[in-house]
Amino acid sequence: MTTSATEPTTTGAGTGPILEVTDLKTHFETARGIVRAVDGVTFSLDRGKTLGVVGESGSGKTVLSRSIMGLLPKRGTIREGSVRFDGVEIGDLSAKEMRSYWGARLAMIFQDPMTSLNPVMKIGKQITESIRQHLDVDRKYANELAENLLRSVRIPEPEQRLKEYPHQLSGGMRQRVCIAVALACGPALLFADEPTTALDVTVQAQVLDLMATQQRERFMAVVLITHDLGVVAGRADEIAVMYAGRIVEKAPTSVLFSDMKMPYTEALLSSIPKLEHASHTRLATIPGRPPNLVNPPKGCKFAPRCAYAQDRCLEEEPPLLPGTQPGHEFRCWFPVGTPEGAEALARNRATAAAATTATTTGEPPAVLGGTT
Amino acid sequence: MAGSGTAHLRGEGEALLRVEHMVVEFPVGRSGLAVHAVTDVSLDILEGETLGIVGESGCGKSTTGRAVMQLPPPKSGRVVYDGVELTALKGNDLRRMRPRLQMIFQDPISSLNPRRKVREIVREGLDIWEIGDKASRDAKVIEVLESVGIDPANAERRPHEFSGGQCQRISIARAVITDPKLIICDEPVSALDVSVQAQILNLLEEMKERYGLTLVFIAHDLAVVKNVSDRVMVMYLGKVCEVATPDLLYAQPAHPYTAALLAAIPVPDPGVRPEDQPVLGGEIPSPMHPPSGCRFRTRCPRAQPRCGEEEPELEEVAPGQFVACHFPLEPGEPLTFNNASTVSI
Repeated sequence: MTTSATEPTTTGAGTGPILEVTDLKTHFETARGIVRAVDGVTFSLDRGKTLGVVGESGSGKTVLSRSIMGLLPKRGTIREGSVRFDGVEIGDLSAKEMRSYWGARLAMIFQDPMTSLNPVMKIGKQITESIRQHLDVDRKYANELAENLLRSVRIPEPEQRLKEYPHQLSGGMRQRVCIAVALACGPALLFADEPTTALDVTVQAQVLDLMATQQRERFMAVVLITHDLGVVAGRADEIAVMYAGRIVEKAPTSVLFSDMKMPYTEALLSSIPKLEHASHTRLATIPGRPPNLVNPPKGCKFAPRCAYAQDRCLEEEPPLLPGTQPGHEFRCWFPVGTPEGAEALARNRATAAAATTATTTGEPPAVLGGTT
Repeated sequence: MAGSGTAHLRGEGEALLRVEHMVVEFPVGRSGLAVHAVTDVSLDILEGETLGIVGESGCGKSTTGRAVMQLPPPKSGRVVYDGVELTALKGNDLRRMRPRLQMIFQDPISSLNPRRKVREIVREGLDIWEIGDKASRDAKVIEVLESVGIDPANAERRPHEFSGGQCQRISIARAVITDPKLIICDEPVSALDVSVQAQILNLLEEMKERYGLTLVFIAHDLAVVKNVSDRVMVMYLGKVCEVATPDLLYAQPAHPYTAALLAAIPVPDPGVRPEDQPVLGGEIPSPMHPPSGCRFRTRCPRAQPRCGEEEPELEEVAPGQFVACHFPLEPGEPLTFNNASTVSI
């Protein structure tokens, strides 16, 4: 319903990928040393598609999205690599230059709908702000547009809501307003950083369905960032799993779930409690915790927690290796579901069994505490 | 869903904790109105059992847990713990019950005092109740820290030096050190990553066995609740909808709300198109003006005029499964959503 007004900003001319990120690095200077939050990430995203970015807290997924958007402070941040949006390099633009992209062609939805809206500004004003900034329309038309947007994100009584403040709405309604703000100028690319983590499951399903409908109607590309593999499973075309600032596995969604190669992806999936399991099923866990990003370990970053790890993993970092199916890449020397992987796992289990016998015969246990 | 009734309670003397017709209300300013947080909820827990309480935010699950602890005491109703009527206790008598009833909170970092050392935090309960002498208290702290997987060598550190998962382990250590029988866990894993969540859930099961604990496990994640519970209670807007063993509840939900909650869980399986799944419309109504009759009727696809007039009571629909609904789902019957699902704010 707003397409006619939004056409001027969506070029639609390009045919290549809407976003190409090449070897993006984002490091922060801190008192403890340089934190390598994002350390060489490469991916591209086609128009109208959805990329799911999955990882634990501290894996760098949020910094990745902010780094691409150019939302990080300049001071203390070291940013390298290339970010091409619709064929244009935006990686080295200043904040002033980025203003013509923000809200207009690149938009973002944040995790917390309570704090991402301005509490002292009416809903209507927050939506029309970017419309008036980027589109050449008068106030009356902008207000109509805002009302239509609220209707399209299924907020009841939109004309009434425009005059209300954020605190008068529930969390789910506020997140819908955030979506309306993000969609206002018809962006070609939307970043959604944990958009439903703060919402209840039933509301989560409503909001995610709404995003999917809007995405289809507007042919918009979406980067959906989440820690929940369940959220992206049915909704993303492609999934990138991040660990310690890097993509450790990337594949089309169906391939990732049917033919995962990275032990980290497997461990992440098996640590989710499943409804099919009987109650009191013991959950698989990932021992230890994510590495220190100031002094990351040599070799594979996941090796210290990995059930498949061998000596080689501790010494030599695996590059992104191609999988058997197109578009599948992973970083592992002993991938899941391969003879090498199976052998490595069997060897580790045998060693662990031997170690337990050693412990019972009087040797002190090797690991005590310090886990989690 | 207005689920009142006590059909699901077991014999008076059997349960470790028995709550009958508990009501918790909070006044709203001087308007004379009240938030009906918990209205006529009954529950019981046998010794060694884990009761899971699930529901969306605002359903009264945390208030229920806190009212059992008398924080604050319920407006009316009985709370009988280990043969003692807690609602009748005041001041020092109530305080003496505290070591036997413990609580674990959602945010592990803010629930530990940042200025104190882990050893002091964990030991405090023993010091207050003067349990044992100094040496035995120190030994007990070391034993409990080891049992939750924290290296006692780190006991001189402060909470900010630990990760969220480790802080939750410390909270568990602090809760078990006074030898409680019942621990109320209020969303203990909601703030944690899935991998850490699995570690904490496993740890809770271990601790339950080791210290002979009975748990009330409050969470919004149905899969998590299924994993730890022996009995699950589904709440909506201050009322009980359904009480059942986890296997029954998840295999054949009888209450439309339970079915809707189950349908909304994202499944980590790309073969399931979430957009094809029916979604419960609308949002939870205001607890200041709860709907008449069944409180779920404004969002319920099966609602009939009777639901607005008459509040359903909990009834046994299958052995071990109790539901408060006039038109419960038959086993195996899918919940169909008519698209005219009511949208209310």
